[in-house]
Amino acid sequence: MSIQKIDNVTRRNFIGGVFSASALVIAADLLPQAAWADTAEYHGKAASAALKPSLYLGLEPDGTVYIVTHRSEMGTGIRTTLPLIAADEMEADWSKVKIEQAIGDATYGDQNTDGSKSIRGFFVPFRQAGAAARLMLTQAAAAQWKVPVSECSAMNHEVTHQPSGKKLGYGALAVAAGKLPAPKPEDLKLKSRSEWRYIGHNAKDPKSIADLKDITSGKAIFGMDAKVPNMVYASVERPPVMGGKVQSFDDKAALQVKGVSQTVSIPPFQAPYTFQPLGGVAVVANSTWAAFQGRKQLKVEWNNGEHASHDSERYKAELLDTAKKPGKVVRNVGDVDAAFAKGGKIVEASYYVPLLAHATMEPPVAIAEFKNGKVEAWVPTQNPQAVQDTVAKALGIKVEDVTCHVTLLGGGFGRKSKPDYVAEAALISKSVGKPVKVVWTREDDIKFDYYHAVAGMYHKASMDDKGKVTGWLHRSVFPSISSMNDEKALYGFNVEYGMGLNDMPFDIPNHRAENGPAKAHVRIGWLRSVANIYHVFSGLSFADELAHAAGRDSLEYQLELLGSGKILDLKPQLNGQEYWNYGEKIEQYPFDTRRLRKVLEIAGEKSGWGKRKPGNGWGMGVAFARSFTSYVASVVEVEVDKAGKIRIPKTYMVVDAGTVVNPERAVSQFEGAAAFGASIALTGEISLADGRVRQSNFHDYPVARINQAPIQTDVHIVESEELPGGIGEPGVPPFVPAFANAVFAATGKRVRELPFSKAKLV
Amino acid sequence: MIKLKVNGRERSFDGDPEMPLLWYLRDELAMTGTKFGCGAGLCGACTVHRNGEAIRSCSTKMKDVAGKAITTIEGLSPNGDHPLQKAWAQANVPQCGYCQTGQIMQAAALLKKNKKPSDKDIEDGMAGNICRCGTYQRIRAAIKTAAKEMA
Repeated sequence: MSIQKIDNVTRRNFIGGVFSASALVIAADLLPQAAWADTAEYHGKAASAALKPSLYLGLEPDGTVYIVTHRSEMGTGIRTTLPLIAADEMEADWSKVKIEQAIGDATYGDQNTDGSKSIRGFFVPFRQAGAAARLMLTQAAAAQWKVPVSECSAMNHEVTHQPSGKKLGYGALAVAAGKLPAPKPEDLKLKSRSEWRYIGHNAKDPKSIADLKDITSGKAIFGMDAKVPNMVYASVERPPVMGGKVQSFDDKAALQVKGVSQTVSIPPFQAPYTFQPLGGVAVVANSTWAAFQGRKQLKVEWNNGEHASHDSERYKAELLDTAKKPGKVVRNVGDVDAAFAKGGKIVEASYYVPLLAHATMEPPVAIAEFKNGKVEAWVPTQNPQAVQDTVAKALGIKVEDVTCHVTLLGGGFGRKSKPDYVAEAALISKSVGKPVKVVWTREDDIKFDYYHAVAGMYHKASMDDKGKVTGWLHRSVFPSISSMNDEKALYGFNVEYGMGLNDMPFDIPNHRAENGPAKAHVRIGWLRSVANIYHVFSGLSFADELAHAAGRDSLEYQLELLGSGKILDLKPQLNGQEYWNYGEKIEQYPFDTRRLRKVLEIAGEKSGWGKRKPGNGWGMGVAFARSFTSYVASVVEVEVDKAGKIRIPKTYMVVDAGTVVNPERAVSQFEGAAAFGASIALTGEISLADGRVRQSNFHDYPVARINQAPIQTDVHIVESEELPGGIGEPGVPPFVPAFANAVFAATGKRVRELPFSKAKLV
Repeated sequence: MIKLKVNGRERSFDGDPEMPLLWYLRDELAMTGTKFGCGAGLCGACTVHRNGEAIRSCSTKMKDVAGKAITTIEGLSPNGDHPLQKAWAQANVPQCGYCQTGQIMQAAALLKKNKKPSDKDIEDGMAGNICRCGTYQRIRAAIKTAAKEMA
């Protein structure tokens, strides 16, 4: 079993489970070893191995390599892909690699598995970990043979003395290597690309994901499956309106339910809402079912507070209205007003994307045990360090007194980086005096999410008599994620702007991007590809509208809008704001529109773009985006029948994500992104009336099923030696407008408001 | 007292007959391969077999499995090597993996009835099972692979 039985994980004892003096901590940005040694009990076999050249790697005398993944597995394959990097550099035999999941600990560096940044952030440290092990093993062999290190080389788990042909296995060298002084990072010789055996080679020689067999046989342990001794179960009744408080409650009937032992009040959050629990009343029982049944019998009177009159229809009208008015300028090129004043053809359109829920297949769930002033938690979380912080704050204990074990995640998409549900479990456990498992129902998940922001957008453009765009205005209005930390926030911030608002890559002389004010009435969070969803949907739908207005082919027109290709210099255009660039330095990860041109051109070739005349219920659409430093073009083919029912027989995704470590898993992520995009476009909508979320489960918040998702998605990964880019998210942004553009091509109906299910297509 | 068979073994249950089978499997038998996804028969993550037919264990009460034979993912094959499980591995189907046991149980019931399902049969047979990661095209391919092997 990949994730060890929970009680084993927690109680196991390691012999010499602390760093030895020879331990080397490679990544310069990591804390020294002492911080890790304190909690070695939880740090697994890599930490106690004979050779441990890095936080992320250990080798035992039996030849077993332990590689630590400190990032969370929610379906991207990261638990396999990061170890592949270290194993390749180490020249390890993959069949001897065992993967260990790290607990939450700042010593590992950033563990917040979001933003499609695991490989971007840890490609180098994992290479260095492997290379250090390889060097130390080679040195140990050379010393044993009393020959120069330069005569020895390491390959596939053994070191060979080239002149004599003598060989020593890695296992036999582990102890001796462990006693050697650690190499300095500058002494490490990383393998050249041509020497890679795993990195980039997985398409031809797929390495199954680490948990494959456990998953298909039902043995994999997700958060929902974890169990600890003496555990009780809890289900929480939360305020139906965000910010609401319990006025009074009657638990008499709930306590009559067989198996229910008690109820526990959870205090409401102190604004701003951050990652705190929403508050409410928990019903504690000896089984999940009893907790659910007891909760149904609770009678709670709520004080609903200021958001009780919130209504999505009215709010939508406000957003679209605000988007028609001047907002805060977040990017300016040339003079748009002057371009518009010159006349020519003017095109304008408003777009709308509603609130969206994550709807991970595994609803939020957490186990926490409060004991002797400390908390131990077992959680499907994207962000175990945020679990530590949030639980510590909620209980008034120290961060280091919270231990967070990370299980497999049944989907994340951004929801599980917010640990409100873990704080619930910890608070209840403190009250009950036992470990508590809080299980969210699907209804809880849909009604109490951190929703993807609803957005209203307005685009206006002018074009000359040749159809060339002379000016483009893009306004975007949405409740910001920053409302999480500032309930009065009205405007977005550079992270949201940098996702398709202040970095629209079109080469046009006059362009202005603006952001208008909007107040949040629900918790706002990030969902797979975040603000790109609404910015790229509106921007690339509008580009398609302009192509049609100009009487031009959309793909050709999009290429023309990009210009001949260059590295964008956004900084002077952003009113003094920094361009976010997905957290990367712009020098390292420049925004290169030549790479966008290339993926678009390939998408055209692969899809046979332009070969079949659209109309009569058949059409193709195209769009592109650079997001998370990767460049992606999507072509979507649709069929719309006489009843208006949409089918997506084929989708093409062309991806330039720089160096791709695990192409096979990358392909799977883009297949998945197409399905995720289909859900957003077809049926995704959360709406509120009287401050309450209307939807509750998959019947009224449908997500794409096997007959609604693209039937076939072909993914083409562009060969590249550039730095690695994001993989998990970048497929979503271009898919949605490509889909909308395809629907237009098939039906002549321009869908400017999502989801399509509300539009009349025939 | 409700008597039933789970993966060939006789079991008896004397709790709430209204409780869904899902929670009996998960909380009492610790068979956690059967997943909780929606609690309303809408997503298929909890799919098991009752006398060989696919059912949603989240919305099947204990009183409705009295005297029945239940098969869960843990009992589908002795070593996790049912042709579908092998085909799933060959196609690297899972992403997060949470829904996949339900998908496999649904597909197993489908192949029992229909040895050579067409694309349309697969779509109709699998439309009740949601995969939020969007592994559908690989599920489709894996079912075809398994059908071939079983033929």
